[in-house]
Amino acid sequence: MTAALSIVDAGVRLGGHEILRAVNAEIEPGEFIGIFGPNGAGKSTLIRCILGLAPLSAGRISVFGVPAGRANRMIGYMPQSRVSLEGTALSARSMVAGVAAGDGWGLPLSPRTLRAEVDRVIELAGVGHFADRPFSVLSGGERQRVGLAQALLGKPRLLLLDEPLASLDPRNQMLLIERVTEIKKTTNTTILFTAHDVNPLLGVMDRVFYIAGGEAAIGSLDEVITSEALSHLYKTEIRVIRVEGNIFILAAEGGVIEAARHD
Amino acid sequence: MIDQLKEFLSYDFVRSALVAGSMAAVLGALVGYFVVIRKVGFAAHALAHVGFTGATGAALFGFSPLQVMLVISVLAGAMMGVAGNRLHRSEIAIGMVLSVCLGVGTLFLTLYNGFAGQASAILFGNIFGVSSQQIVQIAILSAVSLGVLFVFARKLIFASIQPDLAEARGISLSVLSTVFMIILAISVTLASQVVGILLVFTLVIGPAGIAARLFRGFWSGTVASVIIALAAVWTGIILACATNWPPSFWITSILFALYLIVEIVCRFFLRTER
Repeated sequence: MTAALSIVDAGVRLGGHEILRAVNAEIEPGEFIGIFGPNGAGKSTLIRCILGLAPLSAGRISVFGVPAGRANRMIGYMPQSRVSLEGTALSARSMVAGVAAGDGWGLPLSPRTLRAEVDRVIELAGVGHFADRPFSVLSGGERQRVGLAQALLGKPRLLLLDEPLASLDPRNQMLLIERVTEIKKTTNTTILFTAHDVNPLLGVMDRVFYIAGGEAAIGSLDEVITSEALSHLYKTEIRVIRVEGNIFILAAEGGVIEAARHD
Repeated sequence: MIDQLKEFLSYDFVRSALVAGSMAAVLGALVGYFVVIRKVGFAAHALAHVGFTGATGAALFGFSPLQVMLVISVLAGAMMGVAGNRLHRSEIAIGMVLSVCLGVGTLFLTLYNGFAGQASAILFGNIFGVSSQQIVQIAILSAVSLGVLFVFARKLIFASIQPDLAEARGISLSVLSTVFMIILAISVTLASQVVGILLVFTLVIGPAGIAARLFRGFWSGTVASVIIALAAVWTGIILACATNWPPSFWITSILFALYLIVEIVCRFFLRTER
């Protein structure tokens, strides 16, 4: 079977700086992968490489056997940047419809064929009950689900979610994760989910992809989130402490690398 | 009252004003809708000021103000478009360019030494002075701009509401932004023929801002924007005939009153504010 995502000896240089080197990963269709690492480690850069928006300096990436490149219909993408349309009444549905119609030229005159697809993703992403409210008055969690709906347009086989939990409260984090898990189950979509903290994703992800110090490790939670494996990545002594089902990642010299949930 | 209206409409200059005003209103209302969702209002304002230099320079050197203004604004718009999709990050750069443009324009005006009416017409509009030749020019420019806008409409909406995703789908944000800024430069120039450079904001932002505040879809929003713009321009011109006060005053006042009403309704009654 073709891998959903195959990363072979990939390296990335941006502005003369080496961001990532020798990254290898084979991700099977239908897997839920959590991507973690400190700020600036290269999580978003890796996502941009998969989308063909940033060039590799070495190695190759292929998505369902096709080399990574722009405008790949098999990929759905939820960017980290947040759009705000303060002062406008544009509804959540319009936000999804605008993206759905965005591939064509001319006036958006043919919404009927698109309408079914818009309805489908609105249902799938759980936007239904606020679809006709203005986007500008939605909560952070609701806006994230609109972003999820936009990413689901065109039935992608690989879903790249870049920091979808950022600035959400724990309850909304949980709701979003439940929604993504549900989508994975019903559509067998492969999911790459970047996040700051491993804890919210414990129990839902199949494997962990950890990026630090320009290198990456992929494997099960128990293989990657260990003091040895992370110390190797960070090139400094790291302690992984498990307390009541939560995981804390600390630098031995002090300082929390990944804080606990802010419950 | 109907008789009075008939009398106003019997004058050529009133009919010309209505025709030119309508074209500028439609273009401004549609382009303005994208200005609102793309948040490039400041750039729109700056383009008008750049046009001021063009218009005063043309007066000084004896060229057609509309043509020179158009060339200079389009060049500036293209430069802004190439410079970056996210224009609001370069506010200071835009501000510096627009102030130097106004400064140079002031110099041109002083050197021109003409009558102050020229400056007043450029700054505050002279819709009753539109010639039939200008109407033809405005018609051609409006048609071309609207045509280009219609072709790119879907991609502009996509890139405005979800730029990163649009880029991932293979849309070139810088090309799109450049095309849009050129259309914006043309609309700003045309709007300045109606309400003047200082009041361009009214026609390009006013109707679209009000419509976007009220309507939840792209179609309803743009159609409402056009209706609001036409209503304001027509009413403004007729009221100007009846009162002998400048049409720019009436058009800006009508739109401002409408804006106030909509703001109050949205804030206190519809609670669309968070």
